[in-house]
Amino acid sequence: MTAKSSTPTNLKSKNLSGAEIIYRCLELEGVEFIFGHPGAVLLTLLDLFLKRSKIKHVLTRHEQCAAHMAEGYARASGGVGVCLVTSGPGATNLITGITDAYMDSIPIICLTGQVSTSMVGNDAFQEADIVGMTRTVTKHSYLIKNMADLAPAIREAFHIARTGRPGPVLIDLPKDIILGEAPFHLPEGEVKIRGYKPRTKGHPRQIKRVAEAIKEAKKPILYVGGGVIHADAGKEVEKLAEVADIPVTWTLLGAGAFPSENKLSLGMLGMHGTAYANMAVDECDLLIAVGARFDDRVTGKVSEFATNAKIIHIDIDPTAIGKNLPVEIPVVGDAKQVLREVNKLVKRQKRTLWQKRVERFKKDFPLTFETTEGGLIKPQEAIVILSEEAGADAIYTTEVGQHQMWAAQFLQVSFPRQFISSGGLGTMGFGFPAAIGAWLARPDKIAIDIAGDGSFQMVLQEMATAVQYGIPVKVFILNNYGLGMVRQWQDLFMDRRFSEVGLEVGPDYVLLAAAYGAKGLHIEDRKDLRPAIQEMLTTPGPFILDVKVDPDELVFPMVPAGGANRDMLLKDPRKKKPKKGRLRALPDN
Amino acid sequence: MPKNPQNNSDEQKHTFAVLVENKFGVLAKVSSLFSARGYNIDSLCVGVTQDPSISRITLVTSGDVNILEQIRKQLSKLIDTIKVFEMDDKETAERELVLIKVSAPKDKRSEVLQVVEIFRARTIDISSDALIIEVTGDEGKIGAILELLRPYGIKEIARSGKVGLSRGDRTLQGLKNQ
Repeated sequence: MTAKSSTPTNLKSKNLSGAEIIYRCLELEGVEFIFGHPGAVLLTLLDLFLKRSKIKHVLTRHEQCAAHMAEGYARASGGVGVCLVTSGPGATNLITGITDAYMDSIPIICLTGQVSTSMVGNDAFQEADIVGMTRTVTKHSYLIKNMADLAPAIREAFHIARTGRPGPVLIDLPKDIILGEAPFHLPEGEVKIRGYKPRTKGHPRQIKRVAEAIKEAKKPILYVGGGVIHADAGKEVEKLAEVADIPVTWTLLGAGAFPSENKLSLGMLGMHGTAYANMAVDECDLLIAVGARFDDRVTGKVSEFATNAKIIHIDIDPTAIGKNLPVEIPVVGDAKQVLREVNKLVKRQKRTLWQKRVERFKKDFPLTFETTEGGLIKPQEAIVILSEEAGADAIYTTEVGQHQMWAAQFLQVSFPRQFISSGGLGTMGFGFPAAIGAWLARPDKIAIDIAGDGSFQMVLQEMATAVQYGIPVKVFILNNYGLGMVRQWQDLFMDRRFSEVGLEVGPDYVLLAAAYGAKGLHIEDRKDLRPAIQEMLTTPGPFILDVKVDPDELVFPMVPAGGANRDMLLKDPRKKKPKKGRLRALPDN
Repeated sequence: MPKNPQNNSDEQKHTFAVLVENKFGVLAKVSSLFSARGYNIDSLCVGVTQDPSISRITLVTSGDVNILEQIRKQLSKLIDTIKVFEMDDKETAERELVLIKVSAPKDKRSEVLQVVEIFRARTIDISSDALIIEVTGDEGKIGAILELLRPYGIKEIARSGKVGLSRGDRTLQGLKNQ
């Protein structure tokens, strides 16, 4: 989207208001939507949304959700999400969303109103030092004190948010800056910041070493993360995997980077990853990490992680490399550019023995769940059927907890940006607003929030937003009347003493949907799953499907916190004949 | 607070020279980086350079090799950081200024003044019971004078923190970022 038509060239000499400058700068960046909640310091800026139509303002019901919607928009589109809130509580309510974006490297711009520059520091009404509060959770931040800095700061902010390792950038806008006047010059040339030059091209010597290591390896594994999605490097990963015959595992944020239906796919690794992914990583002799950061939920006990492997780490952020464990071949650069160069050097290879071994892991330790004889719905089966019915038409978001892990395990994720989840921060209440933002980015898809009842209750007020703007988000609640993941830990590690995890009192979700003017449906019998899901997918408008599931179902495999991945529990150890994940060593070949 | 308090045998002191944008809030960004990640700051010294748009921070920190590497990378990652340079003792002319208020009653005063003279320090204030001594030097010299003055009774110390420049013709601006 360009703004050429709306920007007459004779504006160069004319003074514009701060609000007008902000609006024009956002237009120039191609902004389509702003997610926001108003406040007194924003009046003149809000006024522009009445007069102009290029940028649509989406009025959220809580500022935290404005940030999550901006994230959902950015995660689904690959562009930059924008949110706009007022000073004080408006700004502080954003912080969870900003932190979420920071942890998952999502490019969003947070515009916060601020009290007038003369009042800053006076503990004025609705003043909060939001730049100070968000210093360690933003990629960069600005407090605008001079009119002349306004337009350049916005332009820099977008550049910083979307390049390098993406992330949130906050711009604090005092009232007198929004009201003030200044000449506006159309920006020219590229943004240049002397302290910010992310390295995108990998060092040729390191790339050569990567190719050599791949050639020499007998048992390599590709481990891909969110960086592959950000860099749009899915095709390059597929090519490398196919040509060099390398199985691929992914992190929660890397879901979609490699199609789960591909025969080289191992699914997710880590705490609730597939047994075969963890076994393959445990046994591999070369681990090629791309755009992933060896998070503790991935590695388990880090000293026991991939102990047989030489590690290659390709990442655009030098601080991610060597942070959690030593790396033999570091490559700083953009995943797409680096893999392209690597692919030029890698020759076709077959690894029959290794693939056989991995096949064996898959066959002997498949991802399964037990279905019941009666009508009780297993959450995993609900997800399997949802995935079958929605297929490639869906974009999924999730909340955080058991349902999120089941979604990561059992959904077919076929393309990048099809699966959107809060990984690093693990923010309950993320999925619903993110789905709203995601649908606005991809209105050709069905946006489905796979939710737990606990998470959804944190943000259900956004039903009003969905209904107001006719955003047909589907909320697929796996309702176990509780905070399932904490309950699971209490179940396994606290002798089933369930403290403060029961949500027996919750809303009737069908009545709730109706209260907001949306449709909803309850189901509690297995046989109703498929027809109800079909109804949800075909009913126009927002929809809540309340799926009452077995509350005692636990997520397996599971690596107990602090344990080594190879000691994962494949199923409830208290049930008969627990299968341990250990395998005999591969005989030398 | 050290990150691994039980295992600090590999801890080393390191001095970083950091060129940053001379804007408000930048020092806060640098210092909150340290507090957020639990790194130590032993001393920090900041001032404008010959280019008024650039400030120079000299930062002394300690940690094991991995922590120091992270600190260097994290400092470089800040948008307002222009250059980060790890200062090597041998290649760098380093100085710190220290003001020492030392107890010096009449019968001890000449002894104290002798120490001052030997170290080429200066006396900048004198009263009946105490002297303020100004001493400039590297870590070794400062340590030595403090050691010698300690028996007389050091009442108060103010230290500037270390600053340094590369020896010879090299300048930080001229260096490629590490």
